[in-house]
Amino acid sequence: MSDGHERASRSTRLTRWLVSGPPLLFLLLLVAIPGVIMVFASFRYPGDFGGLAPLLSTGTQALHGFTTETYRFFFSDFIYAEVFIKSFVMALATTLICLVMAYPLALLIARSPKRSRNLMMLLVILPLTSNFLIGIYAWMILLGPQAALNHVLNVLLGAFGVAPARLLFSPVAVMIAMVYVYLPFMVLPLYTNLEKHDPVLLDAAQDLGANAWQRFWRVTFPLSQPGMFAGFALVFIPAVGMFAVPELLGGTGDIMVGNLIKEQFLATRDWPFGSTLSILLTLSVLLVVWLVAKLSARGGRHA
Amino acid sequence: MALLELRNVTRRFGDLAAVDDVSLAIEAGEFFTLLGPSGCGKTTILRMIAGFEFPDAGQILLDGKDLAGVPAEKRPVHTVFQSYALFPHLTVAENISFPLRMAHHDPADIRRHLKDALEQVRLTGKADKYPHELSGGQQQRVALARALINRPRLLLLDESLAALDAKLREEMQVELISLQRAVGITFIFVTHAQVEALALSHRIAVMNQGRVEQVDVPSRLYSHPRNRFVADFIGQITMIPAQVEQVGRGHLHLMVEGLGEIVTPLQQSVAAGDKGVFAIRPEQVRIGVQAELAELKNHFAGEVHSLLYQGDVSVYRVRLPNGTLIEALLPNSAPGGAELFKVGAGIRVGWRHDAGVFLHE
Ligand SMILES: Nc1ncnc2c1ncn2[C@@H]1O[C@H](COP(=O)(O)OP(=O)(O)O)[C@@H](O)[C@H]1O
Ligand SMILES: [Mg+2]
Repeated sequence: MSDGHERASRSTRLTRWLVSGPPLLFLLLLVAIPGVIMVFASFRYPGDFGGLAPLLSTGTQALHGFTTETYRFFFSDFIYAEVFIKSFVMALATTLICLVMAYPLALLIARSPKRSRNLMMLLVILPLTSNFLIGIYAWMILLGPQAALNHVLNVLLGAFGVAPARLLFSPVAVMIAMVYVYLPFMVLPLYTNLEKHDPVLLDAAQDLGANAWQRFWRVTFPLSQPGMFAGFALVFIPAVGMFAVPELLGGTGDIMVGNLIKEQFLATRDWPFGSTLSILLTLSVLLVVWLVAKLSARGGRHA
Repeated sequence: MALLELRNVTRRFGDLAAVDDVSLAIEAGEFFTLLGPSGCGKTTILRMIAGFEFPDAGQILLDGKDLAGVPAEKRPVHTVFQSYALFPHLTVAENISFPLRMAHHDPADIRRHLKDALEQVRLTGKADKYPHELSGGQQQRVALARALINRPRLLLLDESLAALDAKLREEMQVELISLQRAVGITFIFVTHAQVEALALSHRIAVMNQGRVEQVDVPSRLYSHPRNRFVADFIGQITMIPAQVEQVGRGHLHLMVEGLGEIVTPLQQSVAAGDKGVFAIRPEQVRIGVQAELAELKNHFAGEVHSLLYQGDVSVYRVRLPNGTLIEALLPNSAPGGAELFKVGAGIRVGWRHDAGVFLHE
């Protein structure tokens, strides 16, 4: 018996490697190795014209070898931490707004007749079929000072005696566009979760005296915990590092950590500091995701 | 006044009358069973009582008050669903106390009721477990405790034992009977398993295609089925086409073509000339040699067609002269084993004059 068992497990092990091999190789080449390179780069000096300073002294260049200079630099001035905090607040706000908007939509689709569900989900992901930059340019027009939206806003503000405001190049514009970009990524996992809920649980809750409000908060909501967490991860992680939206729709003061990193590599040509920012960003995102996972695990338990 | 009354209740799905003009009266404290083949409308009736379906016609009254317009969450009626429908994200204790928390009972009150409920279903040690950590029988008991904790007027059980294996099912049947006796709450139980219905119920309603065929206590249902459907659905029975020859004093005389006369007890609303079947249970039929059956009013020659040895009993199928196969059940209680008749052997079959019933076409 142990013989056959061993043979079987050897062949399953082979299958497992064959199946998981290619994606593992992909991750190794495109995530792990670049990650390691970044870590090394963050402990180096910048080169004179971008890139990195050489490891060994060549005589012509004063700075060489490894250093913790970039990290000290990051913590020496609060403005960098401030950019981080602002990015995280922006991303969290985007995630929350997406959640609040996506939940009723996902619930509505999940409770629709089976035939119409796929069509409705198709409509939700339709914006993803065109590049999101095109959408952002559209928002530039929609939020622009000539557009009806800004006009209506100023009329309303005027009615309350408030000075007219500009939508474009403001944090509000960034937020609107971020929600626009990430909403489908919140609807998808929520719908996938809600659609799986056994409707008999709601019947049981009602049978046992729960009104509609209680049925939602006592049954549907806690059971959707995994879907909410997946949506959080899919929206929050990319939203923290987003640079295109703030670049196009944000004002000069609305710089986010993504823009900062991009600048280090393309404008300032300080690769080590750019790497340092990237690594600190990755670590802090992981920390937040881990905290939220902990929290939602405590709330959702065996859902 | 009955606790629950259904008055001419009908529910249609498209062209199909899932429940067709059903009237029932269920008394307080009863263990009442809806029995019928799959698709005959049992679940639909339960769902209408619980408030998840609504009659197209007729009324449902609880304590004499029409339930129309009372939403499911306001009805003092709880259901034990076939799949149990336990909340997977809540512990056993949280599941069981769910109805009390929905009704905003105070925590001390909840704790006291919970303790009693856990004891009642012997799950005290499992209070903090999640449903998926329990066996099927334990999940079943959680579902029962949860449905009973705030003492509904009526407990509905939809095929509640169907998911359990045979041995556990028997244990749960015994437990269900004693639980119902202990709490004194009216149970309406739904099943397609006639053995289960006979074992559990005070009264049974046999259903077929949305209609109630007969409502009776189990023993009466078994011995006096009102029609061929009920006779066939409950237990084993042999039916022989027959015509009423004469309505005597205390007896009916039936004529069976190719066989002769059968004497059977008198029944109401039967007249000479009526056509139908003579129906008799296997345990009422005796087989043997000529001399043993001589004192029986009804006895005929036959030939053993097949034999099914089942340990405690043997089931014989005997071919009568007119070609009918009649079933006879013999207990193998003789010391030293059963004396078996061989297949193909010529024997006699007979039954008492007060056995069997005549059923109209
Ligand atoms: N919601 C529904 N829509 C359409 N047909 C239904 C619905 N519910 C039940 N039926 C039909 O009604 C009949 C009775 O169903 P049901 O009450 O579930 O039977 P049972 O519980 O006795 O098996 C079945 O033919 C079933 O297909
Ligand atoms: Mg059913």
